[in-house]
Amino acid sequence: MSVYPFLVAGWLLLVGMFGLVRSRNLVHAVVSLSVCQSSTYVLLLAVGYRHGGTAPVFGDTPVDSTVVDPVVQALTLTDIVVGATVTALLLALTIQIDKRHHTVDPDELSSLVG
Amino acid sequence: MSRSARTALLLAAAAGIGVLLVLAFGLLPHFGTAHHPYGDRAVATALHDRHTANVVSSVNFDQRALDTLGEEFILFASVLGALVLLRPGRDEVEFTRNGDHLVDRSHQPGQVLDTVRLLGYLLLPVTMLVGWYIVVHGAITPGGGFQGGIVLATGLHLLYLAGDYRALRALSPIRPLDVGEAVAAGAFVLVGLTGTVLAGGFLTNFLPTGTLRSLTSGGTVPLLNTVVGIEVAAGIVLLLARFFEQDLRIRTDDHGGTR
Amino acid sequence: MTALVATALTLVALAGTAVVLTAEPGRQAVTLSVFGLLLSVLFVLLGAPDVALSQLAVGSAALPLMVLLTVDKIRRGHPGAPTRPGDPGDRGDR
Repeated sequence: MSVYPFLVAGWLLLVGMFGLVRSRNLVHAVVSLSVCQSSTYVLLLAVGYRHGGTAPVFGDTPVDSTVVDPVVQALTLTDIVVGATVTALLLALTIQIDKRHHTVDPDELSSLVG
Repeated sequence: MSRSARTALLLAAAAGIGVLLVLAFGLLPHFGTAHHPYGDRAVATALHDRHTANVVSSVNFDQRALDTLGEEFILFASVLGALVLLRPGRDEVEFTRNGDHLVDRSHQPGQVLDTVRLLGYLLLPVTMLVGWYIVVHGAITPGGGFQGGIVLATGLHLLYLAGDYRALRALSPIRPLDVGEAVAAGAFVLVGLTGTVLAGGFLTNFLPTGTLRSLTSGGTVPLLNTVVGIEVAAGIVLLLARFFEQDLRIRTDDHGGTR
Repeated sequence: MTALVATALTLVALAGTAVVLTAEPGRQAVTLSVFGLLLSVLFVLLGAPDVALSQLAVGSAALPLMVLLTVDKIRRGHPGAPTRPGDPGDRGDR
C-alpha cells in the first residue's frame, strides 16, 4: 500500500498522455498536458514525505521537530508557477493557430500541412 | 496517422511506460521513509547557518538560488513569448473607446449581482495586503515571491469578477508592468553579482542573516523574494491582460465593416 | 499512510481523469479548477503548505481563467458555434 501515492502519480501521467493523444481540440491538449505535469508534483511530494513530519517551516515549531523533505517542495513550488506561464505560452500559440488556420482540431491541422 | 492507429500506438506505449513505472516505484524508498539525506542537510543549513525559518524559501533563494535564477528566466521567456504571440496582428482592430458598442455587452458592468460586485471591491485590498504579506514573510512563514506574486496577480482579477473590466484595465497599466518585470528579472542577477563581489560567489548570501524568525532574517532571501514577487505578479497580470484584450477587444478586420 | 492522505490521493486521481475525459475545453476549465483545489488539499496533507499556496492560486484560479479566455476567443472566430447574443464576433458570414 505504500506505493499507492506513486501509482497515483503514474496514473496522472498516463491519463494525461491519453488525453493528449485522443484530443480533438488544442486547448484540450494543453490542459491534458498540465495534468501530465501535475503528476510530477504528486511524485516529488510523495518521495519527500516523512511519517509524522510537519511542514519544513519553523515559524512557530521547535527547531528539533521532525519535518518532511524541503528540497522536493522547493522544486515543485517553482515549477507550478513557471509551468503556468509555459501553459499560457501554449494557449497563446493555440490562439495564433486558430487565427491562421481557423481550426484548433489537430487532425484538421495536420491535413492542412499535407 | 489515423485516429484509431494513434490510439493503439498510445495504448501499447502506455502499457510499456506503466510497467516500467511500477517496476521503478518498487525500488523507490517507501512512502513516508525517514531517510531524507538532502532534506536533513537543507534543514540543518537553513536553521543553523542561514537563520531562515522557512527551509523551502532557504533552498529556493539561498542554497539553490542558481536553480531559481534558471526557473525565473524560463518564466520571463515564456511570458515574453506569450505576450509577443498575443499582440494584435496587422489585420486586426483593437477597440479602445470605453463606450464602444462593439465591446461585448456581456462583459459590461451591470450584469453582475450587486453583492458579488461589493464583495469583489471589498476583497481586493484584503487580497493585495495578503499577497504582499506572503511575499515579505517568505523567509519565516509559508510563502514567498512565487506564491505571493501569484496571489497578487490573481487578486487583482477580483475586479473582473466584480464586472469592472475598465477598472481592471486602469489598474494593470501595461508599460510600467513591462518595465517592472524586466527590472525585477535583472535585479535577481544584480543581487547575484553583488554576492560575487562581496562574498566571493554568484548568488552567495552576502547580507547578515539576522536572528531566526525575525522579518529581516535570511539575508538575501527576503530581498530575492521581493524581486521574484514583483516579477511573478507583473508577469501573470501582463499575461492575463493580453488574454483579456484578445478576447474582449480585438477582432479580425477582414470585412471592412466591423470597425 | 493515513486514511486522509489515501482519500485525497484517490480524489486527485479521479479528478485528473475527469479533466482529461471532459471533451469540451470550456467545461474543462471547471474540472481543472476542482482538480487544482484537490491537489492543493493533498499538498497540505503532505506537509507542503508552500506548494499548496501556489497550486491554489495557479491551479484553481489563474490557469482556468486563461483556458476560459482562450476558449471564448476561439469560439468568437467560428461562426456556427454557439455564441452569446450581442456578441460582436457573431457575424455569421464567414
